[in-house]
Amino acid sequence: MRREIPTFIAFFVGVVCIIQFFIPHKPFGTLVDTFSDWFGIVAAFAIWLGVLNLIKVSLEKSLSKKTRDRWYGFVVVASFLLITVIGMFLSGGRQFQLPGTMFDYLYVNIYTPLSSTMFAILAFFVASASYRAFRARSWEATLLLIAAFLVMLGRVPVGDTLTGFMPEGYRMSEVANWIMTYPQVAGQRAIMIGIALGVASASLRLILGLERSYLGGE
Amino acid sequence: MAEPQTSFIDRLMRIDRRVIFIFIGVALIFPLFLNVTERIQVSPEVQMLNDALNKVPDGALVLYALDYDPPSAPELQPMAVAAFKVALKKKLKMVIIGLWPQGPQQANMALETALRDDRFKDVKLTYGVDYVNLGFQSGNEAVIQKMGSDIPTTFPRDYAGTPVGQIPIMKSIRNLGNFDFMVNISAGYPGTREWVQFGVDRFGLKMISGSTAVQTPEMSPYVGRQLLGLMGGMRGAAEFEQISENPGRALKFMVGQSVAHVIVILFIIIGNVAYFATRKKKGA
Repeated sequence: MRREIPTFIAFFVGVVCIIQFFIPHKPFGTLVDTFSDWFGIVAAFAIWLGVLNLIKVSLEKSLSKKTRDRWYGFVVVASFLLITVIGMFLSGGRQFQLPGTMFDYLYVNIYTPLSSTMFAILAFFVASASYRAFRARSWEATLLLIAAFLVMLGRVPVGDTLTGFMPEGYRMSEVANWIMTYPQVAGQRAIMIGIALGVASASLRLILGLERSYLGGE
Repeated sequence: MAEPQTSFIDRLMRIDRRVIFIFIGVALIFPLFLNVTERIQVSPEVQMLNDALNKVPDGALVLYALDYDPPSAPELQPMAVAAFKVALKKKLKMVIIGLWPQGPQQANMALETALRDDRFKDVKLTYGVDYVNLGFQSGNEAVIQKMGSDIPTTFPRDYAGTPVGQIPIMKSIRNLGNFDFMVNISAGYPGTREWVQFGVDRFGLKMISGSTAVQTPEMSPYVGRQLLGLMGGMRGAAEFEQISENPGRALKFMVGQSVAHVIVILFIIIGNVAYFATRKKKGA
């Protein structure tokens, strides 16, 4: 029964969701609304599961290993506790996100600049990686290199400045737009159609009970 | 023992990454202190987006879904600010939500920035009447699905905890069908793709989108039918600022991006010249 009941639930929910797409009225519409509520509840518990797992992994790493980076685990846990306590108890309850609260102060002055900095570092690594990896080693790599050149130059104003003498329609930004609108979109559509077919077949296997690996065990 | 001499070409093949970091750092930081903006060519996608937004009647009810967090803010926040400025100009009624926990707070910051513009200093927005921020709701695409049938049960309170029944603007809103238009600014999942699949295809939302540069190629196939316009990355934000006559940070940052792109291209050229020269030498 440990496998049959979850398989039946997956079958029932899946079939009702498909029917509701075509007949969004009672009882299917109401049932799918209820399923959405349950999804939200499960998702909320999953957040807690994630938080507890993060604390467990960070503390285990910090307490058991005498490595140089073990302090980072303590920083993670301390930051989590700090923002949770301030958000839940010292920022006006439900109004914790309002401008002027302690939570908002931390968000604007610590979280925002720190996370923006982390992301901004990517620009430096991408530049370094491009220099090292973008080599015209083969015909395909050369094609990719030329396309990247044109798009990179076309996406910034200097590209049009450099090709300002060209007739309209052949300037760098227009060439970049052409690459992004035709060859790029054609490739993306092919990928999207492939993914959609894969998702549809995987979903059918789940609904019909042919795929049970999500239940765990053998 | 003397070290074997490395040729100039070999050194070009192995430029220390810290040298590249310094060049990129200077290229990005120096233009921030210059008060220079460059005129840019507006792409068809942003032109479409602006046309679609202009067609929204004054005072219409518009859903703003801001699905991103601070790491993507340099690209996306200027889009949000410009989109809010258009809303202020057209006196649109705004309902703000976020499928990302940080989205509603980014929306507050963007709206504050838009209101600081001298042109809107006389605008008096009343919370609950002219706009409302419903905050974040977990559940990703399931939230969109539920908003299609019942928004008050999906968002029973606004982000400050006020029950939606007590908020005047929410009294006429039952589901996604009540919105005249939608602006989505997204940095990934859940975001534009999920809004297209569940909000546009299923419930007929009229929608425009702003995406990060990385995500834009994946959203391009939707432009034309599902998306009435798309602005991609910093460039898209700058184009929108220019065409909507709301110059802001994106236009200013384009100078730095221009210089940085040129530097990256120069390093790629140096790397390839050195690569071919080395290959020729080895072959000889």
